[in-house]
Amino acid sequence: MAKNEANSIHLQDLKPFYGSFQAVAPVNTTFASRAITAMIGPSGCGKSTVIRCINRLHENIPGARVEGKVLLGEQNLYGREMEPQAVRRRIGMVFQQPNPLRMLSIEQNVAIGLKLEGRPKKELAERVEASLRRAALWDEVKDKLRESSLALSGGQQQRLCIARTIALEPEVILLDEPCAALDPISTLKIEDLLLELKQQYTVVIVTHNMQQAARISDRTLVFMVDTSVARPRGLMVEEGETLQIFTAPQDLRTQDYISGRVG
Amino acid sequence: MSQKEENSSFYEVWQRRTQHGDLLFGWLTLFFGLVVITLVFAIGYVVWSGSAEARDRFGFGFLFQTGWNPVKHNFGAMPAIYGTLVSSLIAVTLAGPLGILIAVFLSELCPLHLRNPLSFLIELLAAIPSVIYGMWGVFVFIPFFKSGIAKPLASTVGQWLPLFAGPVAAGRGVMVAGIILAIMILPTIAAIAREILAVVPNHQREALLAVGATRWEMIWYGVLPYSRAGIVGGIMLGLGRALGETMAALMVIGSAKSTIENSLFAPGITAAALIASELPNANDSLHESTLILIALVLFGITLILNILARLLVWQVSRGPVGTIRA
Repeated sequence: MAKNEANSIHLQDLKPFYGSFQAVAPVNTTFASRAITAMIGPSGCGKSTVIRCINRLHENIPGARVEGKVLLGEQNLYGREMEPQAVRRRIGMVFQQPNPLRMLSIEQNVAIGLKLEGRPKKELAERVEASLRRAALWDEVKDKLRESSLALSGGQQQRLCIARTIALEPEVILLDEPCAALDPISTLKIEDLLLELKQQYTVVIVTHNMQQAARISDRTLVFMVDTSVARPRGLMVEEGETLQIFTAPQDLRTQDYISGRVG
Repeated sequence: MSQKEENSSFYEVWQRRTQHGDLLFGWLTLFFGLVVITLVFAIGYVVWSGSAEARDRFGFGFLFQTGWNPVKHNFGAMPAIYGTLVSSLIAVTLAGPLGILIAVFLSELCPLHLRNPLSFLIELLAAIPSVIYGMWGVFVFIPFFKSGIAKPLASTVGQWLPLFAGPVAAGRGVMVAGIILAIMILPTIAAIAREILAVVPNHQREALLAVGATRWEMIWYGVLPYSRAGIVGGIMLGLGRALGETMAALMVIGSAKSTIENSLFAPGITAAALIASELPNANDSLHESTLILIALVLFGITLILNILARLLVWQVSRGPVGTIRA
């Protein structure tokens, strides 16, 4: 249980900036561990920006910076002594476009994070197999581990990227629209995988697909574009149990959005 | 009514356009493609037939002979081949890694507001005429090189390594030529490598960052492997420029046409420089024919190196089985 607590993520007055432009109104929320939290909302509402703040990838864009705090358990990820590399090691990320490393084989793709850590070769092979099994990809690729990952289908590539992420045994997994480029069958496979992964990890997923959020998430955050300020920016308008968000939304904008009237 | 007529004639024209346009365009591009092939063969023919006299007289041994005496008709291509290969090799060894590092700095690390001015300066460097590089070499670099690098090296390492042995008389030599060539091809390599790095998709970088890679690891494991083939191609273009460079090389290499010295500080000659310096004074047909034969040799060297480069690109661009080739 203690570990449970330690793996949750707290955003405290999180304000992502692009230069002088604050892209999202201050966000305060908690992502519970061993649960899937979905972030939904129309394009440009800042959900991708927020998720990229959690593993400190946002600051990698020229001119971008972050104010406020992101806590993993009780540790401030934006603390002075925190290195972004260490944060990203503990908080894995899967992207919208499957992005296996082009010049590496399937095996090397999964092992790259461990290799950077300097783990011994023997351990690598074991962890590669374990991760591919967890990502439900092992049976499909076990005979071609040394071949290029680009020969895989889009859905397989995305599961490979998930395997690469969990090979590091992170505490949190972030997914930024992981199924946007995939067909429905591959999407269902990934969703099954996420339901499996949430037994162990804190899972945060950004999605455009509301059915997906309804299917797999335990909690849902709804983001909107706030046009009431001079320069429109993202705003979290509502959060709650997924069931409540989709059956009895409190906010009018959420109601309009999930019923398909806007967005 | 009139509207309808207009429409039908429009469709007629449109039909005709699609029928003949592609065909015409196809023939046109084929023609220009053939022009290139014709040019290569025309140049090859001229060099081949022009060098007939010298080829008959010297045979294959010409390639491995030293000596250059137009009066006694004693010619050998070895010093020119040696000088060309060694000076170009020095140039690529120096400029290759340096050019890649410059490109990495420009595309990955450089602050945004510095990127464009610096890139422009590098491209400007590539546009400077070679005779100016040669002059700079003669008046600025050689005096510095002689006292600052060659003499200290010759009196220490040169005592036991013949490659760096003295005497360092005029300062002109193969090493200096190599360094000047390196400076000349550096912007070519850097500019091409920068373009190549710029098209590496961002998701490759983020893939590495997301597993905790440092910026350096991201470049080493992600960006550079992705652009390997293009970077090798850029280096090969630089090598091509170094092999064929005439003016700058002629001005700084020292024009020792008949012998090969062990030391890199000793004067030498490149094939292109040899032709440029001798052709105006070639009075008899054998001398002239020999110079054309040197041109044929240079043609051969570039051809062989280009084939090797192709093979190298082919080799390094091959990732694991099933990778799409660049």
